[in-house]
Amino acid sequence: MSVELLNFIETVINGLMSGIMYSLVALGFVLIFKASGVFNFAQGVFALFAALTLVGFQTGQVPFSHLINELFGTNFHNWYPSLHSFFAIILTIITMIVLAWLIEKLVLKHLVNQEPIILFMATIGLAFVLEGVGDLMWGSDVKVLDVGIPSGGSEWLEKTTVGWASEGSEYYGMYIDVLNVWATIIAVILVTALALFSQYTKTGRALRAVADDHQAALSVGISLRSIWVLVWAISGFIAMVAGIMWGTESGVQFSLSLIALKALPVLILGGFTSIPGAIIGGLLIGLGEKLAEIYIGGLLDIGAIENWFAYFMALVFLLFRPQGLFGDKIIERV
Amino acid sequence: MIYKETGQFKSTYESDHSIFPLIQDKIAFNILMLVAFLVVPFFIDSYWEKAILIPFLIYSMAAIGLNILTGYCGQVSLGTGGFMAVGAFATYKIMTFFPDLNIMIIVLLSGVITAFVGILFGLPSLRIKGFYLAVATLASQFFIIWLFNKVPWFYNYSDTGQITVSERTMFGVAVTGANAPSYATYLFCLILVVVLGFAAKNMIRSKIGRSWMAIRDMDIAAEIIGVPPLKTKLSAFAISSFYIGIAGSLYFAVYLGALEVTESFDIMAISFPVLFMIIIGGLGSMLGSFLGAAFIVLLPIFLKNVMVDLIGLSAVTAKHFEITIWGLLMVVFLILEPHGLARLWSIAKEKLRKWPFPY
Repeated sequence: MSVELLNFIETVINGLMSGIMYSLVALGFVLIFKASGVFNFAQGVFALFAALTLVGFQTGQVPFSHLINELFGTNFHNWYPSLHSFFAIILTIITMIVLAWLIEKLVLKHLVNQEPIILFMATIGLAFVLEGVGDLMWGSDVKVLDVGIPSGGSEWLEKTTVGWASEGSEYYGMYIDVLNVWATIIAVILVTALALFSQYTKTGRALRAVADDHQAALSVGISLRSIWVLVWAISGFIAMVAGIMWGTESGVQFSLSLIALKALPVLILGGFTSIPGAIIGGLLIGLGEKLAEIYIGGLLDIGAIENWFAYFMALVFLLFRPQGLFGDKIIERV
Repeated sequence: MIYKETGQFKSTYESDHSIFPLIQDKIAFNILMLVAFLVVPFFIDSYWEKAILIPFLIYSMAAIGLNILTGYCGQVSLGTGGFMAVGAFATYKIMTFFPDLNIMIIVLLSGVITAFVGILFGLPSLRIKGFYLAVATLASQFFIIWLFNKVPWFYNYSDTGQITVSERTMFGVAVTGANAPSYATYLFCLILVVVLGFAAKNMIRSKIGRSWMAIRDMDIAAEIIGVPPLKTKLSAFAISSFYIGIAGSLYFAVYLGALEVTESFDIMAISFPVLFMIIIGGLGSMLGSFLGAAFIVLLPIFLKNVMVDLIGLSAVTAKHFEITIWGLLMVVFLILEPHGLARLWSIAKEKLRKWPFPY
């Protein structure tokens, strides 16, 4: 095979895998939007908050220690030196469930029947609160997150692929981040589990009923509010997975919350209401972004187009399908 | 007692449709204008100018612009930062090309340029609606910021990528640049805000404003009764962008003087705060634009004073607290009064009608 072809294949694989990372965030958005009609801008901050909490539990940090030390002049930081990642993850999941319950109790309950934009703004407020509380609780320094997922290039793959290139050409093998491979596997497990859960359990059926029609679900005796807590908790869980993946890759810091902005084009491309849409949208955006970066960006020497290219791609798709690829058809009546 | 409208008879349609139908409002507004134009300029100092009044006026302008688009025409936009950047860079480029042009004309021209950019980025709104459109407007935000960062022509090939304002005068007094006196910059912004504010109010009360509201309330129904969606939506985008462009132009030329595009017009720095302003102030209300702008300019100053100076927290912790309180206030506000400060004001007026003698 020629080097160009091999490079192309490498780009495609890497693009698809980084797309999976976007899908992980978009998935949380879609679940909440389907079940409660809330466009949850706080999803990115959810991921940040979950990652911060996870690191906090792992290293045994005392919550609000910075604040307490500053106010009272004390000096304590840690409860225990370290905790196994497994228990830390369990504790984080519990935190996210409590958080979901609190959000329903304190915010959503009072905003039922408000306009979508009001709900959207409320989630922006929520994002600010979580960001501030996360920083106050765990400190705003950049943290290293390591739950035992390997990262870095795969040597095995590099060695195997070196031989594929045609004789005499300079080729050093494919570079594929192992972390992305893990992200892909975890995403597949997650989506399968979600699909099984919503198909085959009673709660799952209730969830789908709510997503289909709020009023009809209410009238057959499904408690909307407990479903909302459930959905927000699941989204919190997905946010934690996304937070672990992104946090392992680039450290846990404020910029982690900006992955929400990365997930938005995925969302409008796939459609707000479709879980397969979030996955396929993510793959398309990841692929398009990487290809554009290398083939268009490299060609024209403009660089750093990844900030907006995904949005433009999504826009082009939207011009043909205003509800996204897999979104519910928008039917309007007067 | 205070807001009693009994005895105020209207004998013509003009007086019935005036902006301030009540004599009390008219008096209050005139007093406010007199104070703003004749008293404040004599007492204004640099702190009041730079920290409170100028940001208030500029954000009011941007909020009016976004309110036209989102509050009156129903098209949610998250691209305000991008459009303000267009206004700022248009000002900068016009300043370099025409050194002798009057600053007022430069600012208005920047608004016109932004209006055209707004029409361009408003085109998708004909096909895409709701949150899909909101996310699509983010495309304009990111694209514009990227463009001003990547193409050196826009910042005249300066090494830092910064754009810096040069001194321009009106009636012999500098209004831009480092030497501009506080009263001059203040009056310059005030005049623009008052004149354009009235223009916006009148647009909203006329045919074009009614067609915006028809599109907002239900676009298909509006189309059926003969409101052209293409013209209406694009005109809303154009006029909204005109206001936002002028706000961006003032932000650069009068307020900051020198800026760098990524940090000054970031989505978190401009787009979301301006959206808060119109929601906290009141969607679809002129008064709301001003109240929201005042609220958002004053709140951080208030919080900073309380936390850093009174309680003695370090600046970093105070910043985190500020973010938290900010978010909490937003959520609480939306729960308690989703229609914003303007609605609170009308409730207050309702109460004041009888107060203090309720019977």
